[in-house]
Amino acid sequence: MFSFCTDPSTLATGQWFACYLTNGAHFLFYQSFLVVFALLAVTAPTALAFGFGAAAASRSPVLPIRWLGKGYIAMVRGVPDIAFFLFFVIVLDQLIEYSIHTVRCPDWSEPIYQGANFMVCDAARMPPGNAPQWVHETYNFFLAVFTYAIVFGAFCGNVLFGAMRAVPLAQLETAAAYGMSRRQTFWRVLVPQMWIYALPGLSNVWMILIKATPLLFLLGIEDIVYWARELGGSRTSAYQYPHSDWRFWYFLGLLVFYLSFTRVSEVVLARLTHRLSRGQATAAGDDLRRAAT
Amino acid sequence: MSCLQTIQDYGLRSIGIGERLLPRADITLCEQVTLIGSGMIWNVYFGFLALSCGFFFSVALAMAKASPTWGIRKPAEWFIFVFRGSPLFIQFFMAYEAFVMLPRLGVEFELFGVMIEAETRWLARAWLGALLVLFCNTSAYAAEIFYGALRAVPRGDLDAADAYGITGWKRFRRITFPTTMRLAWPAYTNEAIFLFHATALVFFSSFPAFQQRGDALYYANYFADRTFNPFIPYPIVALYFVALTLCIIVIFGAINRHLNRHLPAEARPRLRYRPNLIR
Repeated sequence: MFSFCTDPSTLATGQWFACYLTNGAHFLFYQSFLVVFALLAVTAPTALAFGFGAAAASRSPVLPIRWLGKGYIAMVRGVPDIAFFLFFVIVLDQLIEYSIHTVRCPDWSEPIYQGANFMVCDAARMPPGNAPQWVHETYNFFLAVFTYAIVFGAFCGNVLFGAMRAVPLAQLETAAAYGMSRRQTFWRVLVPQMWIYALPGLSNVWMILIKATPLLFLLGIEDIVYWARELGGSRTSAYQYPHSDWRFWYFLGLLVFYLSFTRVSEVVLARLTHRLSRGQATAAGDDLRRAAT
Repeated sequence: MSCLQTIQDYGLRSIGIGERLLPRADITLCEQVTLIGSGMIWNVYFGFLALSCGFFFSVALAMAKASPTWGIRKPAEWFIFVFRGSPLFIQFFMAYEAFVMLPRLGVEFELFGVMIEAETRWLARAWLGALLVLFCNTSAYAAEIFYGALRAVPRGDLDAADAYGITGWKRFRRITFPTTMRLAWPAYTNEAIFLFHATALVFFSSFPAFQQRGDALYYANYFADRTFNPFIPYPIVALYFVALTLCIIVIFGAINRHLNRHLPAEARPRLRYRPNLIR
């Protein structure tokens, strides 16, 4: 990075750290923060969409659809924590490979589960065996995103379902009295009003989602935890930048990162709540109206 | 090998009693159920001890956070912020690295007439180190719950206490504390459930499973890796946890009834299970 970095062993402490923190491996570490943000950026809307679908399904007048929505929410929320993450990634992987297998290799006669092996034909391997490394990493990343979306979608669904029920019934009855159809009432009256009721729950889910991102490491993604362990491990003098076991300091850095991230989120969500309270039939909305006049 | 034999061999495997070698090939359903169940011993151990010790600490923390004195309030606020604002997973990693870095010291002390030799090395083991992290974590979460309840104690109750001349420690013990518990109990039940779920993280963070003595999820993961079939071990873990959750709800429900025994049945707050997945 800097011109004086050619021989780090001769440098003073300040310059040594300047070189150390800007070497190639550290740039990969900094990039892995982007992985976390990318995960959040992709997962949050997807989970919200899943949750919205589940909540809308739970209100459906058709019984099987209602069961589907309620069953999804209850199932995912009832099964304990990280077991779901470990379980779902394998299941998704096997499901994808199995379905490709049935399409591409219809005349495969051997069983798929052979003792301790999951055997599908070569054409059904996902991603293909000769694919470059980045395809494997992207594939794993999207499996992880999908798992997160399924799990957190159920939580969003629960929050949105409660929020839809919190919208005053009089509002919906008024809409019906004006001759709106079910669909019109849902989109024009219920959905615009429910967000303010959903926001406390959704911000809770968001906080949990932030705090769940280190679990990416368990799913085999090279995320910040992976790099913190990798870079922090002690280096002998055979390396360019020898140091002792610094993993503690790397994890301290991650801790500070997460603390500031949750703090910033709290502040932003408080502002959002304020903004969404405008013109709502809630106590906060009344306060805003009173302040305006 | 019959199933009874398996239970004898592996029933206490997770605490180092019984057969040393884990099953490698031809894994039966019975072996999976037994070993995962034996791993639950650790989950219950962590959850129970962290919760029962953490309760007292969290009440103290909540009191400190509600204190008007700056020097007492600030440390409590920071403790709660740090443990609630960061992922438990990172806390485990950090604590482990910190404990490994500690110098190896032996401390001898006398407790109830028995000489006990404590070593800092123990902190790097899951049974003490992870317990300490879980203890701090649950204390922070519970303290926030108790703090909220402490602030929600009805003003009329305190005014009535003043009118009767009940003040100071007596007012806290007779009026404030019981009402706080009553208000906080439904939320605290959920916290207890999350804590038991969070114990599944212990052996997936840095704490190594000494001689493959792990918790339920550790064994489930082992079986899923061995058999390449996640559809059996993970549902077993799920069932064990559901059973554990039901036990917690029954116990905490009984305490809730006891706390609200003076109220008419309809006025008692009900416990609602709201799982929170990850902390």
